[in-house]
Amino acid sequence: MKKLLLASAAVSLMAGAANAKDIKIGILLGFTGPLESVTPMMAKSAEMAIKEVSDSHALLGGDTVTAVRGDDTCTDAAAATAAAQRLVTSDHVAAIMGADCSGVTGAVLQSVARPNGIVMISPSATSPALSTAPDDGLFFRTAPSDARQGTVMADAIMKKGIKTVALTYTNNDYGKGLADAFKAAFEKAGGKVTISVPHEDNKADYSSEVGTLASAGGQLLVVAGYVDKGGKGIIQGALDAGAFSKFYLPDGMYGDSLLKAIGKPMDGSFGDVPGIQSAGHTKFLAMAKAAGFDGTSSFTGESYDAAALILLSMQAAKSDKAEVFKNDVMKVANGPGETILPGELAKGLKLLAEGKSINYEGATGVKLIGPGEAAGSYRIYTIKNDKQVTDYYAQ
Amino acid sequence: MDFLNALTALFNYVIIPATSYGSQLALGALGVTLIYGILRFSNFAHGDTMAFGTALTILVTWLFQSWGITFGPLPTALLALPFGIIGTAALLLGTDRVVYRFYRKQKAAPVILVIVSMGVMFIMNGLTRFIIGVSDQNFADGKRFIINALQYRKMTGLQEGLAIRTTSVITVVTAIIVVTLLFWFLNRTRTGKSMRAFSDNEDLALLSGINPERVVTVTWLIVAALATIAGVLYGLDKSFSPFTYFQLLLPIFASAVVGGLGNPLGAIAGGFVIAFSEVIFTYAWKKVLGYLLPASLMPDGLVQLLGTDYKYAVSFTILVIVLLFRPTGLFKGKSV
Repeated sequence: MKKLLLASAAVSLMAGAANAKDIKIGILLGFTGPLESVTPMMAKSAEMAIKEVSDSHALLGGDTVTAVRGDDTCTDAAAATAAAQRLVTSDHVAAIMGADCSGVTGAVLQSVARPNGIVMISPSATSPALSTAPDDGLFFRTAPSDARQGTVMADAIMKKGIKTVALTYTNNDYGKGLADAFKAAFEKAGGKVTISVPHEDNKADYSSEVGTLASAGGQLLVVAGYVDKGGKGIIQGALDAGAFSKFYLPDGMYGDSLLKAIGKPMDGSFGDVPGIQSAGHTKFLAMAKAAGFDGTSSFTGESYDAAALILLSMQAAKSDKAEVFKNDVMKVANGPGETILPGELAKGLKLLAEGKSINYEGATGVKLIGPGEAAGSYRIYTIKNDKQVTDYYAQ
Repeated sequence: MDFLNALTALFNYVIIPATSYGSQLALGALGVTLIYGILRFSNFAHGDTMAFGTALTILVTWLFQSWGITFGPLPTALLALPFGIIGTAALLLGTDRVVYRFYRKQKAAPVILVIVSMGVMFIMNGLTRFIIGVSDQNFADGKRFIINALQYRKMTGLQEGLAIRTTSVITVVTAIIVVTLLFWFLNRTRTGKSMRAFSDNEDLALLSGINPERVVTVTWLIVAALATIAGVLYGLDKSFSPFTYFQLLLPIFASAVVGGLGNPLGAIAGGFVIAFSEVIFTYAWKKVLGYLLPASLMPDGLVQLLGTDYKYAVSFTILVIVLLFRPTGLFKGKSV
């Protein structure tokens, strides 16, 4: 009897496994390093999308999907490349959701994704340089280029009637790209950037940078840095010396750790973070809450969308081979077709299987432009009583 | 009024930061110079000794905080400091037992000891990271400011603000107390005198019955205290992460060499020379000059000699110049 049961179980398993297989998706984010306080939520979002698809058994021939995490450190290109190499060669991932920071994303794209022909969708790399990097059609991002964020920042600051600002940026691809984009947009709008000072992360003391910024002066200090590294140090130093009392915080500076560390003096400072007010986003927030993490944290919606886009494109192309499904990413993201929101991935897969087309809106209103990057929408917020209060959405 | 504004800006951005940084460097350099004078080698592990001592102190501070013990307006870390020193002393004496004593018995050349100390540096480096991790730790508590920029502006009606942080004052006061105690010890006590004798002429000291092992032990004890105090003050004033302490090694050595290796007075002077020149060369003087000069002479640029990224380049340039023209340092130390 026992034997019979075992045998029939084995047979039924075999039958199920005949054409269904397990597809692996790499999640390459900086689990250590300057973004370590936001990446866990990003990974959870992507894994939520992956689980949703896997549990539906609607992908291709009823395939299951597994997420494999890799640590790109955000700053160390060699470590990121090694992690991506491992995902591709030893875990055999079909695509990569990542990487997070612009510098390592460029490195992984050139030395792992292109040579191996792997599709990469980054949820958070925002350097304008990635728009023109050669990618063989393999690279997409659900985050907008910083050229766009620069314009949004300039508008937000101008709206508050502020005309002169000092600017400091973290000395890497992200910081420099964003600082240049902002400076160009702000000066075009008639504002004045008194000085643009780079700062290095991981220093104990920023008093000399603060001294230089204070000398140049300005009504506001724009800190294009990281919330857990130099950005926090600069703000602390500027407040201690009484050099600046108001700050503008671009996306890398969004995080509760800053409010916790500095507290009251941050009131009145403002900033932006990628975000959107839409039915899809509201739905995503509810799903994140049910899954037990904070969906308002940076780049969570983008991470969900990046993972969902990868899987939906595979379905549209009826293949998990990168060279085939890379051509369907734009089609799935931009439509035309039935609108698909978070939590409706199974429906999207079904429609695609029936040969109908879809328009994936997702958590962030995904619309890919140019070489496959998000058009971008931002939430502008002001800090009041240790909370980020939304002012408006720029789309 | 303009003159007072200029003076305030000068104090706020140059003199106060440089003085507290200088005191921290001076305490670090004193440790390096004592080892060089008495044990006769450059101890590369000093930065990591500081990190280790600070890490221990932070752990004890957290323990105290969890018990609800605080030090009123002063940081709790000052209460935890003695425990950090004891732990560091144990580590240094242990290292001496296991590592340095072997080479001392062999009368190894100083350059071998330098390389040995680099090995010790890497081990301590790893040890500290194992104990407390690699990331930033903030352990300052108590009252943050003696006077902050806003209060100062209100009080004086000046445009410029002046902020004096509690930790800056603690740093300078502690440095003065520690240096006074050290000089009293070296010049007035029997053990201190025997240490100086040992440093001046080892053979003569041995002939007159000084116990070398005792001198070595006392030296390590003092070095442990100096390193831990310097590390904790730096961490309180700025922030603690093992990597920054490793980087501190460079300006500390520059201070000790500029002042004259082996000369305690030189170490203190060297610390302040390095700290002040780093700040003065990288500060943008526009603000101060703007208050002092008439509008017609107002500079357009920032009047900044070097970008802030070149801070360490300043200490090295001074180091090279001093070594070229005065190899024994400003205060007649031993030549390198």
